[in-house]
Amino acid sequence: MSVHEAAHGHMEIPFTVEARPDTGLYNGKLGVWLFLASEVMLFGALFSSLILIRTGAAEWPKGWEELHVIPATINTFVLIASSVFVVMAWANLRLRNLKVARMWIAATLLCGFAFMGIKAYEYSLSFQHHHFPKTSNFFAIYFTMTGLHGLHVLGGMVVFGYFLTKGWSMAETEPKRFTNRIEIVGLYWHFVDLVWIFLFPTLYLL
Amino acid sequence: MTEHVADSHDDHDSPENIKREMTRYIGVFLALAALTGLTVWVRFQLQLPEKQAIIVALIIATVKGSLVAAFFMHLLSEKKLIYSVLVITVVFFAVLMWLPVHDILDKFGYR
Repeated sequence: MSVHEAAHGHMEIPFTVEARPDTGLYNGKLGVWLFLASEVMLFGALFSSLILIRTGAAEWPKGWEELHVIPATINTFVLIASSVFVVMAWANLRLRNLKVARMWIAATLLCGFAFMGIKAYEYSLSFQHHHFPKTSNFFAIYFTMTGLHGLHVLGGMVVFGYFLTKGWSMAETEPKRFTNRIEIVGLYWHFVDLVWIFLFPTLYLL
Repeated sequence: MTEHVADSHDDHDSPENIKREMTRYIGVFLALAALTGLTVWVRFQLQLPEKQAIIVALIIATVKGSLVAAFFMHLLSEKKLIYSVLVITVVFFAVLMWLPVHDILDKFGYR
């Protein structure tokens, strides 16, 4: 802590912009990759459980007969569109096109709302058909995996919402640091997209 | 691509390069959209038997996932430490996926 920092009672967070000499990365980036590694294990355990439950069952329902493929397909397009919107935001931040970058972040957030709205509609259709987590192992694992995935989408939306509103001032005062923040939340968002890419065929089409 | 911001001297940060990247992102998006359409088409048009349907669907999903990881998550050109973290993750993930292998072999009559 420098004398100046000590006098003002605060300390700068190190390596938010510049790379650490030993890792070659800024801290947030290494942090989010470690977090994503733990997320792989979380969803990996659920996929492993799905395989065990499915192969152990005498009969397994056909996903496309029990679930609603059209809204799920639309949601797949929504999520991959949102993934490209994030990288467009990040690229525009690097070009210092702040207004355009903000528009892409807003578009990503809108995709998040669209995904959750469609998912809520899909759940409501399932409930109308009296399909609940307690109905069968199929619906138990379906609601668990899509529910957990939905919570991840919601978490990403909260972060994008913050960066779009209160957190936006950093884009003007510390543009490089803000660009890194968008890269970090972008990595998380792409991971959420990646999980859905495997969830969609596994649950709905097989 | 990794340290655009951390290292401002990086050629990757040139406006021309960033614009090229943006074009590439659009290309990846189109590929992902086409592969999503292909996944649904294969399911409902080809009517493959269960085993083949699972294999084809997982191959397409793996290609899509690889595109996202390689281009959107910049894994084509990352720092060594990130790759190290991912190698460890893949090993443990493989263990998780290996656990149900015996059940799968039984299911499809390979044992």
